[in-house]
Amino acid sequence: MNSRRTLLIPALIAAFGFAVAATAVPAASGAGKTYGPTLTSPASPALLTGPDGFIKRWLVLEPIPVFGLSRSQVQAMVKKQYFPDQYSVIPKDGETETSGAATLTWHAVDTRLYNVNLFHFARALNKSSTNALFWVVTIVNSPRKMDNVRLAIGSNAASVWWLNGREMIGIYGDRQTVIDDGVSKRTTLNKGPNVVRAAIVNSGGATDFCARFLDANEKPIPDLSITLQAARP
Amino acid sequence: MERNHTNFWKTDRHFALGRSRRLLVGWPPWPAGSARSARGIPKSLAYALLTVILALASTAFTLNGAIGIHDPSTVINDHGTWYVYGTGGRALVSRDGWTWSAGVTPARTGLAPDVIHIGNRFYMYVARNIGAEPKAAVNMIWTRSLDPKSPDYKWHEGGVVASSNGVEDSNAIDPGVFLDSTTGRMWLTYGSFIGYIRLVELNPKTGQDLVANEKPIDLAINGEASDMIYHAGWYYLFMDRGSCCAGSSSGYNIRMGRSRKVTGPFVDADGVGMIEGGGTMLIGSEGRFIGPGHFGLINLGDGVEKFSMHWEADLDHGGASVLGIRPLLWKNGWPEAGENFLGGTFEIQSVRTGTALDIAVEGVPVGGPRTFGFGGRGRGPVGARRGPGGFAGRGPAGRGPAGRGPGGAPGRGFGFGRGPAPLSNRVIPDQQAAQVDKNWPAGTVDAGMANYLAEARQKWQITPVPDAGGYIGGPYFKITIAGTDRALAATTDAELAVIPAFTGAPEQLWRFDQLTDGTWRIMPKAIPNWPQPMALSAVGSSFATLDKFNSHSDMQRWLLKTP
Repeated sequence: MNSRRTLLIPALIAAFGFAVAATAVPAASGAGKTYGPTLTSPASPALLTGPDGFIKRWLVLEPIPVFGLSRSQVQAMVKKQYFPDQYSVIPKDGETETSGAATLTWHAVDTRLYNVNLFHFARALNKSSTNALFWVVTIVNSPRKMDNVRLAIGSNAASVWWLNGREMIGIYGDRQTVIDDGVSKRTTLNKGPNVVRAAIVNSGGATDFCARFLDANEKPIPDLSITLQAARP
Repeated sequence: MERNHTNFWKTDRHFALGRSRRLLVGWPPWPAGSARSARGIPKSLAYALLTVILALASTAFTLNGAIGIHDPSTVINDHGTWYVYGTGGRALVSRDGWTWSAGVTPARTGLAPDVIHIGNRFYMYVARNIGAEPKAAVNMIWTRSLDPKSPDYKWHEGGVVASSNGVEDSNAIDPGVFLDSTTGRMWLTYGSFIGYIRLVELNPKTGQDLVANEKPIDLAINGEASDMIYHAGWYYLFMDRGSCCAGSSSGYNIRMGRSRKVTGPFVDADGVGMIEGGGTMLIGSEGRFIGPGHFGLINLGDGVEKFSMHWEADLDHGGASVLGIRPLLWKNGWPEAGENFLGGTFEIQSVRTGTALDIAVEGVPVGGPRTFGFGGRGRGPVGARRGPGGFAGRGPAGRGPAGRGPGGAPGRGFGFGRGPAPLSNRVIPDQQAAQVDKNWPAGTVDAGMANYLAEARQKWQITPVPDAGGYIGGPYFKITIAGTDRALAATTDAELAVIPAFTGAPEQLWRFDQLTDGTWRIMPKAIPNWPQPMALSAVGSSFATLDKFNSHSDMQRWLLKTP
């Protein structure tokens, strides 16, 4: 399958107004596919964050071999270009990237849990999750503009996070996924689509991540609609 | 017991101690009286001898400014200014609760006043001997303002609210006034070592006796300077035991008991009734401070409580009697005296997350990266093999961070096994910032949080800042990475940053309040363009911010640990 670029973030936000995603975005074509015991291909057009606020729908790129977890190593790692438009691409399920000699596929997944288990993901694809970099991206559709919110994440192990193209969080070193481990400074969720992107770096063993938005009172935001494509007007 | 107490109370004696800034304070003479402490020193004589002029310089260990006072009332706030009144008309005033100066003597003076704010009135209760001891009376005066410049500042006489006739087992001095927040009823405790600590009810609308000629209730013996508070279903009675007014030989200490009823019986922590001599110590002499007495609660709300008192003798101020303010903690249903924060080098650890505040820079393991052969706990799904420790290890072969520079994930990914590292007598010295900060960005850096690893990026030097003002009971501090001038600062968006150098700006000054559970609230003096006060907050395990203090959450509670 050829890689097919869709949108840059500004274009995405400008081109697509916010609408109720559940009625505007088609379900992923690979519905019903599983990635281990916790991950499945999306079977619905959109997924609300719910009471605990976790973002449970993601596009995950097959892992890229890397090494290192320190701040300097990970920062250098995520600044390296592995594939075109890696900071702006909104891929579709099944699209591919060429990274060096490797062809890597994006997979749309829903997690049954609060977290996305990348160990399950890699093992299901017969890929190694050791010394691996996972790029993930999703679209958070907000029903209104929300000021003073925070992106709150946890990851095993290091990770760097962007919201609408702006780097928001970096956590480094060998660590387990802890809810609200890395938390951004106060920021704004635009009304309509917002792109959350992350690079998760693992050295060995378990690897997973979780993410949610907290409101101005540090409470999870339950009414965000998660899609993998921007909602069409 | 007789003692020679005159040495500390010479008139016209100047004590010029500590720093260069000095404040000369005239101490008005006391009215004559004949109250007597338990150990036999006539209070009136002692008070007369307290006609001194003190020069009390600031130190890091006491309040700042003119803090000489004896038998202080509860420290009280009126429109942002703090006031306290002592025996003999002594009054102190402070705009911030840290630096004090002489105030205006109230209309009625006497022994050991106490003061309370109810509605739009401040009621002051002050005692005077009216004959041979123990014949005494407590009078009330009231005003609508404590600010002498206010048009509402006018003391009105309210009459006698308690007295002793010189024959009964009572000495009506040392009043302590208490408003029961659960019932709205108002009470006065009073008494000295002759006879009982007694209780009468007052009218909260007038501050006067609720019932004329009411028979007082006996609460305790062997004490004076009583006061009462309510906390979580219990009434707590405080009183002083030991001798007063004898400078550094004063044995004053504050004792307490508690009761489910305001009328008693009050029982100490050992189950002994205070009416039978019981009393658990809240605070006694400490370090170079002798003879605490005259408890007064300062409830700042939000889980911050402090108490005012005097020290009979501050050895760093010539043995003068000085005002003291300490945090009030609660443990297992009993108050404890907290510590005034003096600064030092600390790990600042979040109660909520267990992680430590740091400057968000590359970590460098203390002692350098782990070298080959030290064993370890390599873990990984690939490349299981036996490590040098002789136990099965798991981890991928290949390159790793050990011996390859700073940071990284020491001990991981080598498959070194789980064998014990060989013991060595080599002592790894503390990591100094100068050893590792050359790779830190030169400009402003984010603050972060991480598991404490004894690294220089996690050690904060907390230092009181001279002449930067303070708050009730403490000075402002700067918080710098130890060994550097990199300072923690609040930003215009109410976040945190570590700036290259401390400049003294308000957003770089920090307030430390010990909360009632012994943890600390840490607040910047000001946040640029941000009106409401905020506290250091662990919103995430790896990230701290500033947020409104919530006493019901651990997010803004911190531990200060010696690294």
